Amino acid sequence: MYAQMVTSEATQDDPEKLAAFQARIDAGEKIEPKEWMPEGYRKTLIRQIGQHAHSEIVGQLPEGNWITRAPSLERKAILLAKVQDEAGHGLYLYCAAETLGVSRDELTEMLLDGRMKYSSIFNYPTLTWADMGAVGWLVDGAAIMNQVPLQRTSYGPYSRAMVRICKEESFHQRQGYHIMMKMAQGTSAQKKMAQDALNRFWYPSLMMFGPSDKDSVHSAQSMKWKIKMNTNDELRQKFVDQTVPQAEFLGLTVPDETLHWNDEKGGYDFAEPDWSEFFDVIKGNGPCNTERLAARNKAWDDGAWVRDGLMAHAEKKRTSKLAAE
Amino acid sequence: MKHEWPLWEVFIRGQHGLNHRHVGSLHAPDAEMALKNARDVYTRRNEGVSIWVVEAQHITASSPSEKGPLYEPSESKVYRHPTFFDIPDEAGHM
Repeated sequence: MYAQMVTSEATQDDPEKLAAFQARIDAGEKIEPKEWMPEGYRKTLIRQIGQHAHSEIVGQLPEGNWITRAPSLERKAILLAKVQDEAGHGLYLYCAAETLGVSRDELTEMLLDGRMKYSSIFNYPTLTWADMGAVGWLVDGAAIMNQVPLQRTSYGPYSRAMVRICKEESFHQRQGYHIMMKMAQGTSAQKKMAQDALNRFWYPSLMMFGPSDKDSVHSAQSMKWKIKMNTNDELRQKFVDQTVPQAEFLGLTVPDETLHWNDEKGGYDFAEPDWSEFFDVIKGNGPCNTERLAARNKAWDDGAWVRDGLMAHAEKKRTSKLAAE
Repeated sequence: MKHEWPLWEVFIRGQHGLNHRHVGSLHAPDAEMALKNARDVYTRRNEGVSIWVVEAQHITASSPSEKGPLYEPSESKVYRHPTFFDIPDEAGHM
């Protein structure tokens, strides 16, 4: 899940209009950009889609880190294609957010000055090549858990962006798992590296779904509006149930001594991540928060002359074409 | 200078013989760059054989509040559909 702890905005609209709006959502209709919507719906969506888009963009950094050091030309090409997809996913989502009346530059600036967040997961470093495996397998795996149901979200442009993204996302997870398979079947040093990557990414991946339902104050309204389709704990449970057998297949150990199958509930019991660490990372104190934001700010500042230059060039061409007519 | 690139809507013909279909939007300084960006953003997996881009501000859209007056009149004209007419089987395929 790339959107965590999205605050639901209270709404003060005409109760009759609100009821009619809710009826449309309950009937499974899609809400389209120019149609009436509660102010709270619009604002919550901007925050959630924006955070999701920012996560795709910032998420390029930990993987971009390994493009020049991929172990083979093929792996390099695959990783490059994956990181390019992440840029594409960010762009689809920014466009969806813009239909709600916020501009692309405003969204970017809110990321750069810290007013908007991105997923906590991207504040962890990628230390070895095995981390490229763990990120694809676990991080993209967790994202898919959240994104598949979001294809049915009530807001048309968001839903359509999710459909496109989900089509492309499966490649990301499979390439990651493939890296893990190679490493886990490799030399003992490689297997150790794979285990170490799982150890470091397991709990941060569980955190991606956001705090436990009992501490998640924003869920109810968002779920009523079909902006959020499942609770955090539901998705986390589904992720653990799916991932544990995959780890077993690799011959790796999930770093949780309490992990065991619970026949009664038909799922695994597992240890919660350290939530104080999660809140600390969200606040900006994770291992890479400063580095990530600095990289985005540098890219934006260094690219300013290109953006301005291309715009000036386009205007010049337009005026000279007009003059020639 | 503070000047955001304009928004373009992207239409792609998926296969020969099909219509161009709206796939999304993007920002670009001019039409030429919009086409290049559309190729990178929307056709990474053989999704198309042809791209149209049009600056979003040039699109005129019907308003959601006009839904009733625009589309309701056709609801009562069921005779526009072939199934309205009962033709006996004996008449043969039609």
